[in-house]
Amino acid sequence: MAELAMQTAKAKPARKPQVTWSALWLVVPGVLFLVAFLLYPSFQLLLVSLKDPRTGAWTLTAFSKVFAGGVYTRTLSSTFIVALQTTLWCIFAGYPLAYWLARLSPRRQRMAALFVLLPFWTSALVKNFAWLVFLGRNGVINDLLGAMGFTPAELLFQRATVVFAMVHTMLPLAVMVMLPTMNQIERQLAQAADTLGASAAQQFWRVYLPLSMPGVAAAGLLVFISALGFFITPTLLGGARDTMLSQLIIVQINQLQNWQMGAAIAVMLVLAALVTCFIYDRTFGLSTLSGGSSDRLQHNGLMRRAGLGIGCAMGNLCDALARGYSRLSGARNAGWMLAAYAWLIIAVLIVPILAFIPMAFTGSDFLSFPPPSLSFKWFGQYLQSPLWVGSTLRSFGIGVATASITLLLATLAAFGLARSRSRLGGLAFLLFMTPMIVPPIVISVSLFYLFAQMSLVATNLGIIIGHTVIALPMAFVVLLATFKHYDWRLDQAAATLGAAPWRVFIKVTLPLIKGGMFAGLVTAFLQSFEELTVAMFIGGGVKTTLPKQMWDDILLQVTPTLAAASVVVVVIVCALFFLMEYFRPAEHQVSAS
Amino acid sequence: MSTLTHLAATSPDQGRAHNPNAQGAPIKLRVEGLGKRYGNIDALHALDLDVRSGELLTLLGASGSGKTTLLQIISGLVAPSSGRIVIDGRDQTHAPAHQRDIGVVFQNYALFPHLTVSQNVGFALDMRGVSRAESRRRINEALAMVGLEAMHQRFPRELSGGQQQRVALARCFIYKPSLILMDEPLSALDRKLRETMQMEIKRLHRETGSTIIFVTHDQDEALALSDRICMMHNGRIEQIDTPQAMYERPSTVAVARFIGISNVLEGTVMQGDQLATADATVALPKGHGCQPGTPGALVIRPEHLNVVAADHGALRGTVVEAVYAGVETRIVVRLASGNLIVVRRLSGQAPLGIGSVVGLEWPAHPPHFLSV
Ligand SMILES: Nc1ncnc2c1ncn2[C@@H]1O[C@H](COP(=O)(O)OP(=O)(O)O)[C@@H](O)[C@H]1O
Ligand SMILES: [Mg+2]
Repeated sequence: MAELAMQTAKAKPARKPQVTWSALWLVVPGVLFLVAFLLYPSFQLLLVSLKDPRTGAWTLTAFSKVFAGGVYTRTLSSTFIVALQTTLWCIFAGYPLAYWLARLSPRRQRMAALFVLLPFWTSALVKNFAWLVFLGRNGVINDLLGAMGFTPAELLFQRATVVFAMVHTMLPLAVMVMLPTMNQIERQLAQAADTLGASAAQQFWRVYLPLSMPGVAAAGLLVFISALGFFITPTLLGGARDTMLSQLIIVQINQLQNWQMGAAIAVMLVLAALVTCFIYDRTFGLSTLSGGSSDRLQHNGLMRRAGLGIGCAMGNLCDALARGYSRLSGARNAGWMLAAYAWLIIAVLIVPILAFIPMAFTGSDFLSFPPPSLSFKWFGQYLQSPLWVGSTLRSFGIGVATASITLLLATLAAFGLARSRSRLGGLAFLLFMTPMIVPPIVISVSLFYLFAQMSLVATNLGIIIGHTVIALPMAFVVLLATFKHYDWRLDQAAATLGAAPWRVFIKVTLPLIKGGMFAGLVTAFLQSFEELTVAMFIGGGVKTTLPKQMWDDILLQVTPTLAAASVVVVVIVCALFFLMEYFRPAEHQVSAS
Repeated sequence: MSTLTHLAATSPDQGRAHNPNAQGAPIKLRVEGLGKRYGNIDALHALDLDVRSGELLTLLGASGSGKTTLLQIISGLVAPSSGRIVIDGRDQTHAPAHQRDIGVVFQNYALFPHLTVSQNVGFALDMRGVSRAESRRRINEALAMVGLEAMHQRFPRELSGGQQQRVALARCFIYKPSLILMDEPLSALDRKLRETMQMEIKRLHRETGSTIIFVTHDQDEALALSDRICMMHNGRIEQIDTPQAMYERPSTVAVARFIGISNVLEGTVMQGDQLATADATVALPKGHGCQPGTPGALVIRPEHLNVVAADHGALRGTVVEAVYAGVETRIVVRLASGNLIVVRRLSGQAPLGIGSVVGLEWPAHPPHFLSV
């Protein structure tokens, strides 16, 4: 393929040198898919929000209602506030953890990062369900409080609880986005600052922090955008005043059948996300999202100077504080505090997930932690219920189908982009990242509208298409990184050594990229396996997936069967996750250029 | 090599015009019994080293000989396992790097990518609380010194390798640290640029009168730059001497082999100032002071050897290679024992065919004797 590209580039009279069109053709299937199932339905949704359902005339009534005060405006502002709080907490709580990880040796970092990746891959549903059980009136936290002599408090249905659980859900994302940027910061820069007279505090504030800012900003962007579209946490743990926009969409469309209003709120959500992206692009440049350096920031004089100024001031301040502290306590090394903090956060991330295992084996009729007695009866219930077994099998099948289609589209597109230098490539990249920006609930609602016209509602195919749209960006990013790291001169070397193109692929290319391909496959499967929103709308109440079945049960009645189902989810996620880690290419293979 | 001829004309100390009495200059750095263990490898074995004020000392040695480790311990970035570091008479063994008043030029420059050239160069002044106006003046001065005034607003990655190197030098020289450490600062540059930068460093050293420890694994660089060379091997100091002394009178076989191409004949000392080697018995210079029966080695420089007819000369061998190098041709002769001897000949002379049998002699220059 690459040779073909090079030949055509040579054969054409070079109008624009270096443009290899042929490789870029490979992105076409994915682009068509996203135009059909993301852009077109979103556009339709926009039209719906602007049309009076009875007369068909253009109108802005739905949008004016959103801003007219009352419940919509309140929800809009509380959505923003909760998302903002979540983002800030994720960054402040996650930064030290990422910093601690970045300073471990590569081998230990890989081990420690497992403890962050595992909660990252565990579904939001399971994590929030755990807090619902823990924080309830008879939950373990209240028991602890009681044992310490406090009166049991109402921990659920509080704004703080919503923010806490959302931070808990998205902290792993923030850490995993910040970590690569921190890993790229050369240790020698801090040493250089040291020899130039900078104390430890100065080194951090003047050198390390500014260099890690692109990662912080990327984490902030992704967390904020995900938080905007959240509905699981506020539904399960929030009170009436903590309602968020996504919940309103569900009510408008699934209960009131008010498409115009639902579509208008969805449009608001997308607009908010787009504005956020726009601001991010103006300050940092979107290319930093895929690990590029922040040109934009460096040439954006005002932002840069403000940042450096703050770093300067904080450096001096902390320097003075650190000197005072070490004079007071005589302590020189506070490294253990960072490690202790990191392990504490990791414990908070992991414990709720692992707590399901004992709860699922309870002998009592109620979910509680710790379980009063042990038995297998709830697993029996799970295995005997055609509802649970059916939905589990369906989720599996849909996951496999989604993963296959996603891998195919993403591989073609990533290969095409990695091998072409066309400017159109940038546009294609943006399009493939768009499903990350559009909240899943908007994707689901717009596909619901589209599929209603195509009789794809309540079909497995409909759900598979929806899941593929949602799974594409991450699989694409994984594969793009794989192909970009891949040293194509190896192919040329193999060819000069006498290997035919197909043998080059089998003997050289494939062994080196298979780790990335497998990671893409598992990523897509896991995202599909844990996706709730698509099935909520497109399943039509008939095609129930495992997350949908869990969601219905949580809302209806909380039984230990749910814990058994959660254990099934966690076990499958863990198994795939460890498989993926096992197949991950070793560092020396990736960076041997 | 021009340094060599220059030095050869005068005594080593007079050769350093900028620093006429380095011998009498106060000691800037004293390293006492310095050792470093990594796990069960000894990276450094109890080193002792004095560096005088205003001196340019190079640490020369093969990769893995402990040069970086020594430099990092002096700079305070790595703690020693044993021994002391004294700078300007003060024990600094346990002082953190930022309190030592040393400057380091790193191999890959370690310029801060988020700061402009000016901000990089002014970083140390910032840390020392120098006023803004004073700072600006000194930055301009430092940039002028390395010829980069026009680049002050650029970011490091907008500069070429040589320019980045100059920024790194300016960043180091600007605050006049009492001791400057450079770890293979030129190894990433191509040959031409490397020679230019060597001149630049010599000039900066002369103009500022600073004390510099310069690490390199390139013997030509060490010979060209140094007031003294400290030759390291497997975590030990093999020899500390002026470039000329080290070139002409290496103290060990390892030094002889490392500094330039040297031919080494090993054998046993015999009665009557003779050395019995595997190939022939050759005469030793008078006054070598070795008892008969002890092992010894002769070091013969390639430029001191003459090719003569096969039955003349002290050694006899077969020509196996001839490498043309412009003004001279290097002939490789294999002796009967398999030992390879390199001879430098001016290129104008009659060519020698590969396979021809020749004799070798060293008429004018007595070889250097080493007791092993
Ligand atoms: N951080 C370290 N951990 C373990 N061994 C090290 C470390 N740094 C250096 N060494 C070992 O110490 C020896 C000297 O290394 P170094 O000082 O880097 O040599 P040089 O700079 O002369 O090439 C080498 O054998 C090297 O493997
Ligand atoms: Mg080194």
